[in-house]
Amino acid sequence: MLQAADLATIRAIITRAKRWDMLFALLGILSLMVGVLTFTVLFVDMAIQGVPRLDYNFFTSFPSRKAANAGILSAWVGTILVMLLTALAAVPLGVAAGVYLEEYAPKNWITDIIEINISNLAGIPSIVYGLLALGLFVYYFGFGQSILSAGLTLALLILPVIIVATREAIRAIPQSIHEGSYACGATTWQTVSDHILPYSSAGILTGVIIGMARAIGETAPIITIGALTFIAFLPPAPFAGDPPAGLFEWIFAPFTVMPIQMFNWTSRPEAAFTINAAAAGFVLVFMTLAMNGLAIYVRYRLRKNIKW
Amino acid sequence: MQIQTGLEAGVEGALLKADVRDLDFYYGSFHALKRVTMPVYDRKVTALIGPSGCGKSTLLRCFNRMHDLYPGNKYAGGGIVLQPDNTNLLSPDVDPIEVRMRISMVFQKPNPFPKSIYENVAYSLRVRGMRNKNELDDRVEAALKGAALWNEVSNRLNELGANLSGGQQQRLCIARALASDPEIILFDEPTSALDPIATASIEELVTELKEKVTILIVTHNMQQAARISDFTAYMYLGEMVEFGVTDQIFIKPTKKATEDYITGRFG
Repeated sequence: MLQAADLATIRAIITRAKRWDMLFALLGILSLMVGVLTFTVLFVDMAIQGVPRLDYNFFTSFPSRKAANAGILSAWVGTILVMLLTALAAVPLGVAAGVYLEEYAPKNWITDIIEINISNLAGIPSIVYGLLALGLFVYYFGFGQSILSAGLTLALLILPVIIVATREAIRAIPQSIHEGSYACGATTWQTVSDHILPYSSAGILTGVIIGMARAIGETAPIITIGALTFIAFLPPAPFAGDPPAGLFEWIFAPFTVMPIQMFNWTSRPEAAFTINAAAAGFVLVFMTLAMNGLAIYVRYRLRKNIKW
Repeated sequence: MQIQTGLEAGVEGALLKADVRDLDFYYGSFHALKRVTMPVYDRKVTALIGPSGCGKSTLLRCFNRMHDLYPGNKYAGGGIVLQPDNTNLLSPDVDPIEVRMRISMVFQKPNPFPKSIYENVAYSLRVRGMRNKNELDDRVEAALKGAALWNEVSNRLNELGANLSGGQQQRLCIARALASDPEIILFDEPTSALDPIATASIEELVTELKEKVTILIVTHNMQQAARISDFTAYMYLGEMVEFGVTDQIFIKPTKKATEDYITGRFG
């Protein structure tokens, strides 16, 4: 028989134990606030300084010695083109490597070493990639200080992120689906192309966007390979100009990108340039958020038709 | 081994479809199948019973070389010889994909692909290179009818397979396994995730299917084995304890161990 005293004891124990719940919840909220508040304050401060500076001319003007005339045309065009090349190089390579490691690679010590090294690669400081790219792409392959060199450098930088994301997305597919495909008589490639890739595409996309969001803000490796800080022309558009440019001539053009433009402006003594930098920073953050927003939308669309 | 007893007990006209001969199988260093020998008769239902971990699923998954997908698994001796061409399925010279094209499988948990009902069934045909739309339509319809699912899904072939109920999903997987006209269908506890009504419909289906195809079924449910199978094999600790005609195994098993398991004194 349960005694009234026993019940009181049980309740006291529960109350005591629940204090830890309260305590941890409080700690969690605090930790969350540190991150969220810091970002909000930074972003709002930048927006207050920068947003009034944003007008049509800011987006369509080249950099200038006069802060009021200076714009980010060459920087945002450069950023978009570099990102395009980064994605074109990193996505096929990263996805192919991830699929190979998950579906094809024999499980032995060589594969283990490769796996460990991929995780390590993700932690290497970006400036080291810059030095590698300076030697490899700029000089050895002779791509010069071009959009191509920058795109490939950033592609190398985010390759591990994409490989890891691809592998995790593939591992999230239930083993039973995997076996179901093989049991139908599918080859490994049929399993990959008919099942693995379509079902993991949402996860892979998330990894690609995380990688791209990292790449878009990278400054160090881009400076290392020699991006210009002051650039008053655009890469040649395909078939434009006289004599007409080739389809891919733009990839060998010199360039600048948003973070470098910002860095350049913050190092100027005049206050007006600091405002320009804030405005450019706002645009850069907005570009990143837009990319993430797109990713969330596409992921939602892709996931709608995937149910195990 | 009691194969002879089983055969005498009235299986006139049963042809051999496959036979397992002295099969040894290892998961790494674990000896999972020990010199297993057993016949599989053409267009009959053969049930594999035994307590968890006895090797019945392991044996089943040898028939379509599922073990080849994972490292460390080893066919260590003996084989499974498929008739009429006398091919040893486990021979290293035989491509596992060829084996899986001849022998299809239905899994424990329904595992439809996250594709449409139509595409789920058509997949077995597509991997065989079938591209003709009319031919695909006909074969998909025939397979869905064969799996007693056509009437329920004929007007929503483009819906996701996952939108069906559990029992319907399992019948969809049976249709997928059936579409390619296999010689043997392997069932790995196909009703363990289903409710009694869905289970009954799957059991009925299995007994219908045996007119066209040889069936090998692993089950935990002894009543199920008694209801639907023609032959029963009782396995324990990786060994084939007894094989025989189902009625004989359930009414008058020759081994004490089999009797103990069937009467529920053990396992």
